Amino acid sequence: MNKYIERLYNGIIKENPTFIIMLGMCPTLATTTSAINGLGMGLSTTAVLMFSNMLISALRKTIPERMRLPGEIVVVASLVTIVQLLIQAYVPALYEALGIYIPLIVVNCIILGRAESYALFNGPALSFFDGLGMGIGFTMALTIIGSVRELIGAGTIFNFRLIPEAYSISIFVLAPGAFLVLAVLTAIQNKLRLPSATNGDAPEEFVCGGNCMGCFSDCKEKAPEKSEVEKKEAAV
Amino acid sequence: MIDLLLIAIKYSLVSNVVLSQFLGICPFLGVSKKTESSKGMGGAVIFVIVIASVITHGIYVAFLAASSPLCKALGLTDGLEYLNTIVFILVIAALVQFVEMFLKKNVPSLYESLGVYLPLITTNCAVLGVALNNVSYGYNFAQSLVYGLGISVGFALALLLMAGIRENIIEGNDRIPRSFQGSPIVLVTAALMAIAFFGFGGLI
Repeated sequence: MNKYIERLYNGIIKENPTFIIMLGMCPTLATTTSAINGLGMGLSTTAVLMFSNMLISALRKTIPERMRLPGEIVVVASLVTIVQLLIQAYVPALYEALGIYIPLIVVNCIILGRAESYALFNGPALSFFDGLGMGIGFTMALTIIGSVRELIGAGTIFNFRLIPEAYSISIFVLAPGAFLVLAVLTAIQNKLRLPSATNGDAPEEFVCGGNCMGCFSDCKEKAPEKSEVEKKEAAV
Repeated sequence: MIDLLLIAIKYSLVSNVVLSQFLGICPFLGVSKKTESSKGMGGAVIFVIVIASVITHGIYVAFLAASSPLCKALGLTDGLEYLNTIVFILVIAALVQFVEMFLKKNVPSLYESLGVYLPLITTNCAVLGVALNNVSYGYNFAQSLVYGLGISVGFALALLLMAGIRENIIEGNDRIPRSFQGSPIVLVTAALMAIAFFGFGGLI
């Protein structure tokens, strides 16, 4: 059982996809206009991630090497379509709010990244928990970022008013606010020297040089190197 | 004609794909370090998005829409629209491979400048986003073409501007506070660019 809990811990804290590895920036920036939108997006992604990891892991010996990527894409796209239809049927308000970003879960780097770097080498149950952990980590990150933006931008969290309307800075729920909040977040991570893909003096590796598809294995190989460098620097 | 012009202006400037819709953030942040590479990436994205927009629109009209010949022949009154995502992502993935092979064989000079960036584009959410929006906005052929062009030109514009700013102001600038060096300052720049692009709002 410990292995499974370790997977959850890994996804939520140690390799948090948003705060630490910095993957899936498009939905992170676009759907965090409010806490509830961030939560909805996170949960949708979690549902896809759990089952895509499990299915790809179960099919890993069946899919021939040459058809690996198209096969993975078909699995992920089918799951996304199922989730999209379910949201459209049962949570129409969320469907309206998230719009195009629900089908775009297909090209979310986290999903193909986990499939390529974890599900292809591990059993279905472990992969399922890996997806669950990563999904919860992603959901938490989006909800936190969404809460901050909603609090500063509209004075509320989950529509519960904390700051009077007259004091809200509405630019934070608009597009520039997303960039600003993320900038401050990464700056804080840099300041505290927390482990993150953006730390250190190698900004060209930020979000893997723009290549989401082939990036995850690279990122994982680079991440420990960087933290070792940081440890050395801290020791000096 | 006017509506086509409006689509082009709206999606290249007013609701810019990167700065207001957040599609294609990965290459925007990842490939904007040098103007030279951002030119290549911008060109490749324009090339692929325009072709993908037209082709996915054609596939939608021919096979997936409720009014398509295929659905009529099969007697499917609701159409096959729920297959949009699966079909479009596969078509785009195949298309990028095909474009790469075609350019390598027939237009080596263009392949030289764009080739490296083509494999990066498959997972660019802007491409799939354009294909899906064409359907949800109900665009016809000409509108799809112009929409694809507008989105991709807007992307290339934002990427080039960002690369110019990074190359000339950000890289190697010691006056940036230490904790903001690297990606935070790039994100702040993106935020300022997004505010600046609000100014285009009055155009429409």
